Amino acid sequence: MRYLPKSPADREAMLKAIGARSIDDLFAPIPAEYRLNRDLKVPRQMAESEIVEWFRERSHENGDGYATLLGAGAYYHYRPVIIDSLISRGEFLTAYTPYQAEVSQGTLQSIFEFQTMICEFTGMEVANASMYDGSTAATEAVMMAVRLTGRQSVVVARSVHPEYREVLATYAHHQGLPISLVPFSESGCIDLKELEKSITAETACVLIQSPNFFGTIEDVRSIAELAHKSGALLVVSIAEAVSLGIVEPPRQADIIALEAQSFGVPLGFGGPYCGVIATREQYVRQMPGRLVGQTTDRSGKRGFVLTLATREQHIRREKATSNICTNQALIALMANIFMTIYGKVGLKELARQNLAKTDYAVQQFAKHAKILFSAAPRFNEFVVQTSEDPYAINSRILGHKIVGGLPLKKFYPELGNASLWCCTEMTNRTSIDTVVGLAAQSERSVRSANEEADVEEVAR
Amino acid sequence: MKHFTRKATRHTSQNEDLIFDKSSAGKAAWKLPPLDVPEVDASKLLGDAERKDLGNMPEVSEIEIIRHFTRLSTWNYAIDLGMYPLGSCTMKYNPRVNEVVARLDGLANAHPYQPERASQGALRIMKTLSDCLTEITGMDAISLQPAAGAHGELTGLLIVRAYQQSKGNPRKKILIPDSAHGTNPATAATVGYAVENLKSNAHGMVDVAALGEQMNEDVAALMLTNPNTLGVFEQEIHKIADILHAKGGLLYMDGANMNALVGKVRPGDFGVDLMHLNLHKTFSTPHGGGGPGSGPVAVKQFLEPFLPTPVVVAKSDGTLAFDYSRRQSVGRVRAFHGNFGMFVRALAYILANGPDGLRETTEDAVLNANYIRKGIEGAFDLPYTTPTMHEVVFSDRIQAKKGVKTMDIAKRLIDYGFHPYTTAFPLIVAGALMIEPTESESKEELDLFIEAMKSIAAEVEEDPQTVLSAPHSTRVSRLGETAAARKPVLRWKPNL
Repeated sequence: MRYLPKSPADREAMLKAIGARSIDDLFAPIPAEYRLNRDLKVPRQMAESEIVEWFRERSHENGDGYATLLGAGAYYHYRPVIIDSLISRGEFLTAYTPYQAEVSQGTLQSIFEFQTMICEFTGMEVANASMYDGSTAATEAVMMAVRLTGRQSVVVARSVHPEYREVLATYAHHQGLPISLVPFSESGCIDLKELEKSITAETACVLIQSPNFFGTIEDVRSIAELAHKSGALLVVSIAEAVSLGIVEPPRQADIIALEAQSFGVPLGFGGPYCGVIATREQYVRQMPGRLVGQTTDRSGKRGFVLTLATREQHIRREKATSNICTNQALIALMANIFMTIYGKVGLKELARQNLAKTDYAVQQFAKHAKILFSAAPRFNEFVVQTSEDPYAINSRILGHKIVGGLPLKKFYPELGNASLWCCTEMTNRTSIDTVVGLAAQSERSVRSANEEADVEEVAR
Repeated sequence: MKHFTRKATRHTSQNEDLIFDKSSAGKAAWKLPPLDVPEVDASKLLGDAERKDLGNMPEVSEIEIIRHFTRLSTWNYAIDLGMYPLGSCTMKYNPRVNEVVARLDGLANAHPYQPERASQGALRIMKTLSDCLTEITGMDAISLQPAAGAHGELTGLLIVRAYQQSKGNPRKKILIPDSAHGTNPATAATVGYAVENLKSNAHGMVDVAALGEQMNEDVAALMLTNPNTLGVFEQEIHKIADILHAKGGLLYMDGANMNALVGKVRPGDFGVDLMHLNLHKTFSTPHGGGGPGSGPVAVKQFLEPFLPTPVVVAKSDGTLAFDYSRRQSVGRVRAFHGNFGMFVRALAYILANGPDGLRETTEDAVLNANYIRKGIEGAFDLPYTTPTMHEVVFSDRIQAKKGVKTMDIAKRLIDYGFHPYTTAFPLIVAGALMIEPTESESKEELDLFIEAMKSIAAEVEEDPQTVLSAPHSTRVSRLGETAAARKPVLRWKPNL
C-alpha cells in the first residue's frame, strides 16, 4: 500500500524487537470469535489515476459547468486562487488544533486576525474561532442566550432559514425548550405586532435572520427594542456574509451567528462551511467554541494561545458551554484570506456588484411575474411568484445548463408557486435574460391556456 | 543542547506582524470585472440599512498576502514535516489525491439544493461511502450529516433518546468510563442526560462487575471508546453489551480509536448498537489546524428509523435521492447534507487502500505503537501493562521525582524535532504521556522518536532545568496561558 512507509524487512525487524512472532500476536487481545477472518467488502485497491477518473465521472454526473441562480444559505462567489495556494500548504493543512502554542503560532496568529476581522465586519466585540456552520452557530447562539438569561423559551422568526430552524428544533426538543414561531408580514420581514405578542418574561431570546431567508433586510433596531424591553436577548443569524459589505451590521444584536461560506468557501454540495459566533465582551464566558488570545512568552515576546478553555469540554466535561471540539479551522482560514484579499474597499465593491445584478434581475422578472416582498430592502435574493409550478419551469431552465431558483412550497406551502432566486457577482446578464425569457414564456402559455378556458366557459 | 538530536536543525524563520500593520489606504489584492448590468444607487435601494464604513478591514496587495500567510505557515509543525504522536487524534498522512478530487468542478461548485437529477454524482459518492463505512463497522445504516466527532456523539445520543422514548421512557443517565474523552460527558449533558462515571479496573478496562451493579432501568446507554484511551481493547466487550441489553440499555461506541480496528474486527460484530466515526482521524481527511471534521453515525437496523433527515435512498429506476419523510427521525443536526467535501476525501482514501490496504494500515498502526512501547519502556513508567493496540500511555512518575512533568517532557520533545504527544489525558493516569504514532511513520522516524524520548529521560536525570525551561528552539518560549485568560485580549485594536 503506497501510503505505508515500511518494507517487509522493517516489519520483520520491528516484530522481532517487540518479541512477537507475527502481526497476529499483536491482535491477540481481541477475542478470537469477533475477529474478521475475511476481506472487507469494499472496492479493490485503486491506482491514483483510477481514483481521479472515478471522481471525474461523478463530477460529470453532478451538473458540472452549470450556472446557478440558487442561494438560500449557500452562495456562489468567486474564490481568488491564492486561497487554495495558501491553505494547501502542509503546515496549515496537516496541523492539529493549536494546543501546543510554541509550534502552532502560524495557525494561532491567523485565527487572532480572523477574530479581529469578524468583529470589525459584524460590529461585535468578540468572535470565536469558528463553529460547524451557520445552522449550528445559530442554534448554539440560542443555547448561549438561554444560559445568559436563565430563561427557558425562545422566539424565532419564520423568515429564518427553514433548515436552521429544523436544527434548532432538534437541539431544543430534548432540552425542553419551547420555541414560538413568529410569522412574516407582507414585506417578508418579521411581523412586529406578532413579535411583540410572542415575547414574554420567560423569553430568553429572539432569533431572526437578516438578510432573511427571502433576502429582505429586517428592521433590526425595532426588533432589538422589543426584545430588550422584556429582558430578552437578540440573536441575529447572517447566512450571506457578503451582504455586510454594504448592509449595516445588526449592531443592536447581543449575539451574531454568521455563516462565512460566502467568503471564499466552495459550495461543495453543502459543506464544509464555516459558522462563527460573535458577541459582546460581557458575554464571552458563556460563548461556545475555541478562542485565541494574545499573550507574551517568558522573554516578553508577543505570542498567541488558545484561551478561556474553562468554557470547553476538555476541561469542564459535562459542565462545558458546548460539546464542540473539532471546528472548521481550515475553512475559517479560507474566509480569513478572502477577507484579507478584498479588504475594506473590495468587500464593499463586491457587495455593490451583488446588489446591482440582483436589482437588474428583479427589474427583468417584474416585467412578467410577481415579485413578492418588494416593500422591504433586499440584498442579493428575491422571491418570484409564477403562475406555473416552479419545478416545471426549472426543468426547462436546466435544459439551458442553468439551475433555477428554489421552489418554496416545500418549506412554505402557503406561498404556492413562489421561488427564491439569488444573483451574485458570478451571475452574468445572459443567464438572467435566459431564465427571465423562459419565465415569461411560461406566463404567456399559462395566460393563453386560461384565456382559452375562459372562451370555452363563455361559449358554454 | 547537551544531547544532540539527529532529527532537526534550527533555521531562520521570517518575522511577520499582524496583517493590520501592513495595511494602508489604496493598496488592493482584488479586481472585479466590469458590471454587465446597470450600476445602482445603494442608498436608494437600501435606505437606512446601507453600510457606509467597513471599520478597520485591511488594505494590502497580493504578494503581501502570500508572504504573510506563508511566513505564518512556517511557524507551524505539521504531519508533512514529521511524526505527530498525539494520542487519540490519529494524525496520519493526508493523501494529496484527496485534495485534487475534492476540487473537481462538478463537486466543488455543486449547490446543495440543485435538483437531484443534476446531483447523481454527489449522491453516488455519499451512497458508496455509506456502504463502505457500514461494512467496515459491521453496522446496518448510517447518517453522514454530523460535522465532527462531538457532533456525531450528539446525534448518537439523540438517537438513543428517541429510541428509549419510543419504548416509553427516555431514561435519565448515560454511563461513561472515567477514561473517556471530555466530549462524551459534555454531549450527554447537551442531550439532557445525567452523567454517571464508571470506574476502570486494574487493567484499565471497564470493571464489568461494577457495571453490573450500576446498570439499571435509569441508564439509557453506555458510551464506550474501544480500544479505550489507554489503547487497550475491552476484552469483555460482549459481557458489557449483554449487561446493557439485559436491562434495555444501548451500547454506544465512540469511534475515535477506530484506526486500531479497521479490517481486523467490526464493532457491529461485538455488540455495539450505534457509533460514530471521525473521518478526520481514521479516514485521513486533514485536521487543518482544528477542522473541518466529519462524524458519521452508524447504527444497527432497529435504530435506522431514528437517523437524522434526510437519508440517501435508491429509487426503483436506479437513481439516488434524498428521503425527507422519516416520521421517527431525531430531525436535522446540520443544514444541508453534512461536510460533503470530507466524504469525497474519505472515500478517495478507502479506494486507494482497498480491503488489503485498510487491513495493513491497521496492522502497521498497532505495530508502530507496540514498537514505541518496547523502545521507551523502562525509561518511562508504564502504569498499565495490558497489551497495547494503536496507542500507548506512559506516565511521568519517574521524572516527577526530579520535578519534571509530562508537559515539560512534551515541550522538550519540540526541540528534538517532534510535535508533543497528548498530555494530561486520559484522566485516570496522573501525568499521562499518550502516544499514538499511526501507520504513517517509518521505522527510521520511530527510531528517532525513541532516541529522543530516551535522551530526554537522561536529561531529566542529569540536567532537569533544560527540560523544565523547554522549548529552546522555537520562535517563542513557553507562553503565559494564565495571563491570557486573566485579561483576555481576543482581537487587535488600532493603536493598541
